[in-house]
Amino acid sequence: MLGKLTLSAIPYSNPIIMFGVGLMVLVALSVLGAITYFHKWKYLWREWLTSVDHKKIGIMYLILAGLMLLRGFADAIMMRTQQALSYGSSMGYLPPGHFDQIFTAHGTIMIFFMAMPFIIGLMNCMLPLQIGARDVAFPLMNNLSFWLTAAGAMLVNVALAIGNFSRTGWLAYPPLSELHYSPGVGVDYYIWALQISGIGTTLTGVNFITTILKMRAPGMKLMRMPVFAWASLIANVLIVAAFPILTVTLGLLAMDRYVGTHFFTNALGGDPMMYVNLIWIWGHPEVYILILPLFGVYSEIVPVFSGKRLFGYTSMVYATVAIGLLSLLVWLHHFFTMGNSPGVNAFFGITTMIIAIPTGVKIFNWMLTMYRGRIRFETPMLWTIAFLITFTIGGMSGVLMSVPPADFVLHNSLFLVAHFHNVIIGGVVFGIFAGLSYWAPKIFGFKLNDTLGRAAFWCWVIGFYVAFMPLYVLGFMGATRRMDHYNVPAWHPLFIIAWVGAMIIFTGIILQIAQVVVSIRQREQNRDLTGDPWNGRTLEWALPSPAPAYNFARIPIVRDRDAFWEMKQRGVALKSSTFVPIHMPRNKAAGFIIGGFAFLFAFGMIWHIWWLAAVCLAGVLGTLIRHAFDDDRDYYLGAEEVRRMEDLHGRVQAGSV
Amino acid sequence: MSKSSIAMQDGSLALQPGYADHAADALRDLRQAGDAVFADVEPHHDTAGTIQLGFWIYLMSDCLLFSGLFATYAVLHGHTAGGPTPGQLFDLPYTLTETMFLLFSSFTCGLATLAMNADKKNATLGWLAVTFALGLGFVIMEVHEFAGMVAIGATAERSAFLSCFFTLVGTHGLHVTCGLIFMAVMMAAVARKGLTATNRARLNCMMLFWHFLDIIWVGVFSLVYLSGVVH
Repeated sequence: MLGKLTLSAIPYSNPIIMFGVGLMVLVALSVLGAITYFHKWKYLWREWLTSVDHKKIGIMYLILAGLMLLRGFADAIMMRTQQALSYGSSMGYLPPGHFDQIFTAHGTIMIFFMAMPFIIGLMNCMLPLQIGARDVAFPLMNNLSFWLTAAGAMLVNVALAIGNFSRTGWLAYPPLSELHYSPGVGVDYYIWALQISGIGTTLTGVNFITTILKMRAPGMKLMRMPVFAWASLIANVLIVAAFPILTVTLGLLAMDRYVGTHFFTNALGGDPMMYVNLIWIWGHPEVYILILPLFGVYSEIVPVFSGKRLFGYTSMVYATVAIGLLSLLVWLHHFFTMGNSPGVNAFFGITTMIIAIPTGVKIFNWMLTMYRGRIRFETPMLWTIAFLITFTIGGMSGVLMSVPPADFVLHNSLFLVAHFHNVIIGGVVFGIFAGLSYWAPKIFGFKLNDTLGRAAFWCWVIGFYVAFMPLYVLGFMGATRRMDHYNVPAWHPLFIIAWVGAMIIFTGIILQIAQVVVSIRQREQNRDLTGDPWNGRTLEWALPSPAPAYNFARIPIVRDRDAFWEMKQRGVALKSSTFVPIHMPRNKAAGFIIGGFAFLFAFGMIWHIWWLAAVCLAGVLGTLIRHAFDDDRDYYLGAEEVRRMEDLHGRVQAGSV
Repeated sequence: MSKSSIAMQDGSLALQPGYADHAADALRDLRQAGDAVFADVEPHHDTAGTIQLGFWIYLMSDCLLFSGLFATYAVLHGHTAGGPTPGQLFDLPYTLTETMFLLFSSFTCGLATLAMNADKKNATLGWLAVTFALGLGFVIMEVHEFAGMVAIGATAERSAFLSCFFTLVGTHGLHVTCGLIFMAVMMAAVARKGLTATNRARLNCMMLFWHFLDIIWVGVFSLVYLSGVVH
């Protein structure tokens, strides 16, 4: 009846896990209790959970990503603490099996459930506004994408309380991840969490490509799009190109584990290296899926806070496209040590080095935009400058490792760990914070608290260098990644310094939580009434903050890059005297329901509760078919209603046109 | 300020069919727009043109999914681990018959498209029914083929070759089965509501999907069956 699931699946005996679970349950219960107490269930259901408004879906993505950042960072602190303690005769406080779960969960969460939702959240919040669209191409599918992502994130968290998580590292290399060596449910949690959220991400890719190609305002030619829109387009093309390969790879691993096939086993003709190739054919484009949208964010911020047009728009676009193409040709540099012929290694080493060229073009474009600009050192700009320096260092350590002989020395060492944190924290995470502080007024309607934001910035940047520079050194000294214990005296001080760095970042995160709380409390003082708090250049700043449900009451004509800047130069505002009814999508529960079924389906598969999986699969199919026959999908917002809402923001032009 | 670009009375619903035809309008609009701020367009979401483009992009992602399976097959098909080889297992005349079922179903699917474009509801339903029957025949033949292999011990657990054979061919079969469900739902929708704009847009997607599976099968037949028997 319940498959492999018994009460013993709950790790009662482990106080650390039970504390974490207790904390999660407590937070969840208090949130649920508060919703009930304030009678907000109906509101939540109607206005948020079933919403097809890209701005609300975007905010839900951001909240999910923020929560998962805390979870992933808790894992990071635990690892740093273990490595600071577990030296010589001390074994630290984490048993190896638990430590292995933590580094696996940390990587999985940070990539799939922190970085990706943050990025897709920012795209959701801003893309349609930037291209002058009322919504995305497929609003309900957008809602479904979110719930599939949320279902995946939930599975990772449930793994903490029921059963255990994968111990195989974030990419689950076989043969370790095969049933023979990982007989528990951990790898199954990993597989299904990624499969379900991966389908959601693929749908997002389809949705945003279509949105960008089909929904731009008149006059917004491709080469007039904001660079964030360009970067998002390329990132979404990469999503559609790469995520199907992840689906296949994890599908084949699941076949090995569930059906007994021999794709990646050691026996009967299986080939573990086939998995490593396949997963990196997805995995390398994935890191560009992560970084390209943030390159776009920086490209928005630098011109605004330098008071200049972006330097080299065209080269920026071509560099983005070039990086997108090259990212599909470098996957093998993740395993030069596989034993390929020197020719193969040389090919992938060279393609990897070539990527530094378009990336360098971008760096110089940003610097030349700043050159002789009137720079305002607001928080978004601070993050951007920190990124320029940090990312360049990380990029150079990457080029160093693209030399195959050097990689043979550095492979799987802490040098590698330092490198990818250098580019992911210095590029992706700083970019997310830059984007959030830049767009917060547009997303939420008020600026975030500046003092706390700056304090958090300094903690993050200093903490990052203190935490990760020692890892470069440790890598050269021979320390490998994923160690729960070591005996080398010379390493110990460096691990302690890294721990101190992690604690400084921790302080930064606490300051950020405080920043969110304080900003919400002071929202009335910091409200953005103009819609254009930074003297912006792109269309999103032409709208009131936050943008109304329909975004643009009338669709603007775009005549130049930096469309809003051009309008300001002409002395034009988005005010109209005539309004027409607006075609709006209706909120639907189908996305939430399918997400719920997907979660339960995965749970059934993980614990071998076959009837549950079958019922849920039928549920997904039934919901889809039921939705197909549902004709009540849209409505018109009346012209008078639009006028009333525009009037609230002072966007109605008096007199005739 | 040009009349066409901005003069629009409240409540007048000069709605564009969608953004598919939008680009040309937009350019014309811009030439006439003068210094107008707003364009005379009212965008819709989920329009036929948008759905079609979205579906094409989805198909490309599905194509890449198959590319992963094809690549796996190409690498592992020689890893028979002492078990049965392709030459011993495949029955080419049988598979050719199976292939003909699918190819003809694509043809009848095309006839259904023609009937739909000619606004003939019953003919559309009729050709869809024929397509469904042929597709079902294909699936039944495939299941029968699989059952025969399993009966002689050539299961997916036997070797890496058989693992990727069953997975590649089975994934295609699963897609055809989903296509059949899609088709059944569309037939019910057309029977109930007729050839409405929504149904046409979805039928177009369904037919794209069906032809796409046909193309994938040509790859399966060539790479798996033909080359398997030749070697």
